[in-house]
Amino acid sequence: MNQTTDTLTAGDGGSSGTPAGGPPLAVKDLHVEFRTRAGIAQVVNGVNFHVEAGETLAILGESGCGKSVTAQAIMGILDTPPAAITGGEILYHGTDLLKLSEVKRREVRANQIAMIFQDALSALNPVFTVGFQLAELFRVHRGMSRKDAKAKAVELLDLVKIPAARQRVTDYPHQFSGGMRQRVMIAMALALDPDVLIADEPTTALDVTVQAQIMKLLAELKDERNMGLILITHDMGVVADVADRISVMYAGRIVERANVHDIYAKPSHPYTKALLQAIPRLDQKGEDLSVIKGLPPLLTDIPPGCAFHPRCTFAQDTCKTGEAPPEYAVNASHDSACHFWKDVRGDD
Amino acid sequence: MEMTDVVLETSGLVKHFPLTSGIVFKRKVGAVQAVDGVNLTLNRRETLGVVGESGCGKSTLAKLLVGLERPSAGSITVNGTDLSDLSNEELRRSRRDIQLVMQDPYTSLNPRMTVGDIIGEPFDIHTDVVPKNERQGKVRELIDLVGLNPDHINRYPHQFSGGQRQRIGIARALALRPKIIVCDEPVSALDVSVQAQVMNLLDQLQKELDLSYVFIAHDLSVVRHIADRVAVMYLGKVVEVGTHTEIYEHPTHPYTQALLSAVPVPDPTLRGMRDEIVLEGDVPSPADPPSGCRFRTRCWKAQDICATDEPALENRAERPHLSACHFAEERDVIHAAT
Repeated sequence: MNQTTDTLTAGDGGSSGTPAGGPPLAVKDLHVEFRTRAGIAQVVNGVNFHVEAGETLAILGESGCGKSVTAQAIMGILDTPPAAITGGEILYHGTDLLKLSEVKRREVRANQIAMIFQDALSALNPVFTVGFQLAELFRVHRGMSRKDAKAKAVELLDLVKIPAARQRVTDYPHQFSGGMRQRVMIAMALALDPDVLIADEPTTALDVTVQAQIMKLLAELKDERNMGLILITHDMGVVADVADRISVMYAGRIVERANVHDIYAKPSHPYTKALLQAIPRLDQKGEDLSVIKGLPPLLTDIPPGCAFHPRCTFAQDTCKTGEAPPEYAVNASHDSACHFWKDVRGDD
Repeated sequence: MEMTDVVLETSGLVKHFPLTSGIVFKRKVGAVQAVDGVNLTLNRRETLGVVGESGCGKSTLAKLLVGLERPSAGSITVNGTDLSDLSNEELRRSRRDIQLVMQDPYTSLNPRMTVGDIIGEPFDIHTDVVPKNERQGKVRELIDLVGLNPDHINRYPHQFSGGQRQRIGIARALALRPKIIVCDEPVSALDVSVQAQVMNLLDQLQKELDLSYVFIAHDLSVVRHIADRVAVMYLGKVVEVGTHTEIYEHPTHPYTQALLSAVPVPDPTLRGMRDEIVLEGDVPSPADPPSGCRFRTRCWKAQDICATDEPALENRAERPHLSACHFAEERDVIHAAT
């Protein structure tokens, strides 16, 4: 637990601008379980992170590592049951969201923390126009008249650079292309000026040229509004382009955290290192890719000790039993949950 | 290169899907020009990468190549025989030589069939390939070849992970000992750590079995890794073809350049230093493509001539390779930083 507080204070440069009570969003020792027919799946196992105003934190991991569930827990949109939050705190400027009533929680969801989803077509309601869905936010949460709310909707579509916003406001979601739909999602998330924006794989369903447009737009809007952005993704290329800090997740735990330059230059957890070696790169000629052997563990049956040990090339006997390795401080802003982080870094 | 080295050739390949209107008296009101005049060649033991964004016709091209769709015009030649000359019986036989690996390992395997039945199904259709009593052994051999445990022959697809399912799909494609395999986005549904395993498997099989691949993907990094030659498609047309080096290091078509510059590189030290081309807008509808050059609506180099004259795919620029742009000019997008 001490380590948690260390990392929380370490990167705390923006205390002057933020209201009392610490960073806009901090997650402490979060645990989430799913009760399934195959047993209890431990999806999130003690996750800690925080995000400052105006910074981009990337949460990186493969499918099933618990990154989306963490985001849903923050938003309070987990289906409970089967899911259950079994421990931890989610602090918004120091207030624990998990202790708030559902009514208060809804207010936070509208005004303070917003989320955009991977698949914009299924996240938007197909039977209402885009303009109606945007205006609804202002009518419900700000008590505006229909006319004012509609004007606001047009303004927002303009903000996310949808051409001919005044005409398109009466279109339905299916009349937009994939990239335009994602812009509508962003507009909706930003409508009520949140401090924290969670983007769950915002560009995974999009083509590369459109992905570049959307990431550029998100970065601009984040800077303009001094928001904290949590970017959840599996794409190490996108992360290298936009993130300030990175947390790498594996089997429901954060296994390495550092600023973006450190982690790519000197990965200090075997999983991060192996991931970086396994991606084909556009700027390098193809030779045999190194492979991570085996498969990620079933979350109903996470191996004892370090969850990564069956696939790890550095694993020793100490990794195979007992508790998961603690987060060792590699340096002031770099932590690794590996007993042998020194060997992983190497000095070659 | 001799003629005998070419295993697959398409010439002027066209596939239009008609758009109709009316219920009783259907009228043709237009056509989706999914593939519109594609000329490609594939040499023996070569991997030809086909890249493009969604809607550019790359999956339709895959279906045409393996005979799941009939071309509207143009021809496909496999090992020197033109497929359009063949009778149905001969066509069925020729399909043994060219097989497909599909994109989504979750939907392309029948959930009610065991792995053994899925991989052995090609033998039920092409009954003379393997005698009945040897089929089980052959299937086990195939399962082993793609790196799975032959004892899992009676399991169902849901008992396997995504990467393993894709291996099953590959084993099925290999069953009839094809010479050519068309891979339609074989790794795009997989996680990075598993993606590398499948790509290495494809590489190894190519060397062992003397295969030629048509590798269709939207991910330029993956294609760079595996392909010898690359064709870039946009709205049903090939806009640039060249060797690996020509396309990635000396691209001349603006679309290729934009596509390359948009791919994020996993190296934060290059942030803000790369040659960034962010295209405006979306891909136009293939039912109503722009006149002249189809890319001109999003191109920063477009002039009047681009709207009137369609640029031919011909050798252009200093390092000549095929490029369909009136203003083809080299631009080193990837290495711009260094």
